[in-house]
Amino acid sequence: MKPILRSAALLAAALALAACERFPVQSTQQGYRGTGMVQIDNPRIKAAQAAARPPIPPDTPPIAATDGPKARDTFQNVKVLGDLTVAEFTRHMAAITAWVSPEQGCNYCHNPANLADDSKYQKVVSRRMLEMTRHLNADWGKHVGQTGVTCYTCHRGQPVPAYTWTKAPPAPRSGPGSLLGNDFGQNKAVPSIAATSLPYEPYSALLKGDQAIRVAGAQALPVSTHKVSIQATEQTYALMMHFSEALGVNCTYCHNTHSFATWDVPARVTAWHGIRMARDLNVNYLEPLGPTFPKTSLGPLGDPAKVFCATCHQGQNKPLGGAAMAGQYAGLIAAAPAAAAPPLPPPLAEPARAVLYFGVGSAALDAAQAQGLARLLDTMAARPRALAIVSGFHSAAGTLSSNQELAKQRAFAVRDALKAGGIAETRVRLERPQQTGANVAGEDPSARRVEVTLQ
Amino acid sequence: MAQYQNLFTRVQAVGPAQLGIALPEGNSPRSGQPFLWHLAGRLGNAQIGPIYLGPLGLASIIFGTLAFNIIGFNMLASVNWDPIQFVRQLFWLALEPPKPEYGLRLPPMNEGGWWLMAGGFLTVSVLLWWARTYTRARQLGMGTHVSWAFLSAIWLFLVLGFFRPVAMGSWAEAVPFGIFPHLDWTAAFSLRYGNLFYNPFHALSIAFLYGSTLLFAMHGATILAVSKYGGDRELDQIIDRGTASERAALFWRWTMGWNATMESIHRWAWWFAVLCPLCGGIGILLTGTVVDNWYLWAVKHGVAPAYPPVFGPVADPAALAAPLQGVKP
Repeated sequence: MKPILRSAALLAAALALAACERFPVQSTQQGYRGTGMVQIDNPRIKAAQAAARPPIPPDTPPIAATDGPKARDTFQNVKVLGDLTVAEFTRHMAAITAWVSPEQGCNYCHNPANLADDSKYQKVVSRRMLEMTRHLNADWGKHVGQTGVTCYTCHRGQPVPAYTWTKAPPAPRSGPGSLLGNDFGQNKAVPSIAATSLPYEPYSALLKGDQAIRVAGAQALPVSTHKVSIQATEQTYALMMHFSEALGVNCTYCHNTHSFATWDVPARVTAWHGIRMARDLNVNYLEPLGPTFPKTSLGPLGDPAKVFCATCHQGQNKPLGGAAMAGQYAGLIAAAPAAAAPPLPPPLAEPARAVLYFGVGSAALDAAQAQGLARLLDTMAARPRALAIVSGFHSAAGTLSSNQELAKQRAFAVRDALKAGGIAETRVRLERPQQTGANVAGEDPSARRVEVTLQ
Repeated sequence: MAQYQNLFTRVQAVGPAQLGIALPEGNSPRSGQPFLWHLAGRLGNAQIGPIYLGPLGLASIIFGTLAFNIIGFNMLASVNWDPIQFVRQLFWLALEPPKPEYGLRLPPMNEGGWWLMAGGFLTVSVLLWWARTYTRARQLGMGTHVSWAFLSAIWLFLVLGFFRPVAMGSWAEAVPFGIFPHLDWTAAFSLRYGNLFYNPFHALSIAFLYGSTLLFAMHGATILAVSKYGGDRELDQIIDRGTASERAALFWRWTMGWNATMESIHRWAWWFAVLCPLCGGIGILLTGTVVDNWYLWAVKHGVAPAYPPVFGPVADPAALAAPLQGVKP
């Protein structure tokens, strides 16, 4: 009896120390050595999670023919996907059925007697969700990249996505009639915040409202402008636990170990845009759907289900393991706004300095901009020892490496224009690409420029 | 025949219970009939009681019980008076301090008033218990080392729950009463104030904490190792150094070149233990009151090392003119 008790006690102690996970776990270094910048994974848990995921429905290839009648001319009441050909439209509808209501079929949204009928709320909601998906794929590339999302990213074959949130009702004993037992909206082992005792619904404030998420001070010493309570910190902390749980990652996936406020891990930028994306979707698409849903579909406070990280991610750092499905479905990406690119400003042409502007994503120097070099070329002809210093600038939007390449190509284009103007290549010096702080939205053309100065 | 062993011993001295010295006028009688408990004797002394309660002890227990019950009943109410849920969720439950809006004002009972009351009662209880350790030590003609060591822990407790919240002007800064909630509070505190790791008093406190365990292990091991030469009779050895002391001292001089003495090792241990909460309390008291971000403070003073970037430059998107969408390089 005694040895059994003793080994049971040892086993219990080992389990308690291992937080009930069987060793070994996998530790992958992803930052500077010796700083604890590692991702910890338990391969057995990951494998079990992967096995539990349903297989992704197979893609049907896009239909090549782009002519043929448009959906909007053939069917009635087609408000979002009217631009698709009838064949593509039908393919989209079939895919959406496989993604959202494979068991319930078309009739989950449609009235079988009249497919154009809007009387079912599901149809009204799914139309809005189509608009949301198109907006997301077109305008939130900073979070979803080229992968994009489809209905399946959240729905996974279920009419109602498995992971959503609604506003939490006030703590049952927080009202004026209660004498004691106020839990202040925390201290419950809620799975979406990784069963911590932190506030269990931080989403209203942080993923729908725009309450500041950053809590650490920007100065070493206290300043009167930065007063953040520990309780506000716990809201942020709860949201971060949700991130961690929803993506299956550690804090160090986005943050370094010495200062959580420091920006040096690229994934944090993606997450930053994800927060803004979730706010955009919740405020502009999901919350306004409240009156459309029947009462039984709403949360306890009568608000519709909204998105947070887990809605798409569902335990993976890249939803569906990064499977790119949206590109196969033209109807899921909103067409780029028809507005023409804003005209480039006239080049700055001075005797010793020229600034030439470029189009969005372009390294081609157009003829009007090349004219900006004329006066500088005159000066260089007059001063044979003068060197031209060429530096390319790119906006801060997009990925840094491709932008730097773009800035380099822009500088090359200007160098070639100088050579074409009769300047020897030895008199042109290229400086490294520079990033402009302005123009992140890409609307200010002055960010996309090459500057030439004489030395 | 039972043998004395110096790791786990099965030897227990069994005899008539020791009642202690007679107490002078003005002391309460000791309560309880002393008895021997074999299992207790395996870990320490087998004799349980009699206990000296006295007015200080009685008052301390009353206030402590009040605080304990306020906390417990608030937890129980927060799970709708369901005893099963109370047990199931016990580690998550808490009595929370007031919201920041109340500052240092008195909030309604269910908005943190209970927290203030429980904290007040607990403070009274702890201080009364401290006075009891002091008077009992004096009564026995002892030094008051235990009291001052205990006061060091009380200092940290009061910094967390009273001095720092008062300095910050808000009860909301204080720690909730709860098992996981107070741990989450600790992590949130470090997040809010830029990583407590860079707080030098926090570092000192940890050094004394780990130092205490190291000293305790070294001392315990040394004494057990020389107990067969009478090393466990430490007080005798302090005054009349015998072979046990000599061997222990030689061992440490041989292995690390220097040794503490039979009495000085206890000063080492006492100071390390006392300095742990003392420094910790100072570190907490400075946080938010005079330093807002310990990492930036450490950078400013050349304490935090700079690590080479691994990922290339990453910029804070909020600092870049704050666009919301659109990728147009």
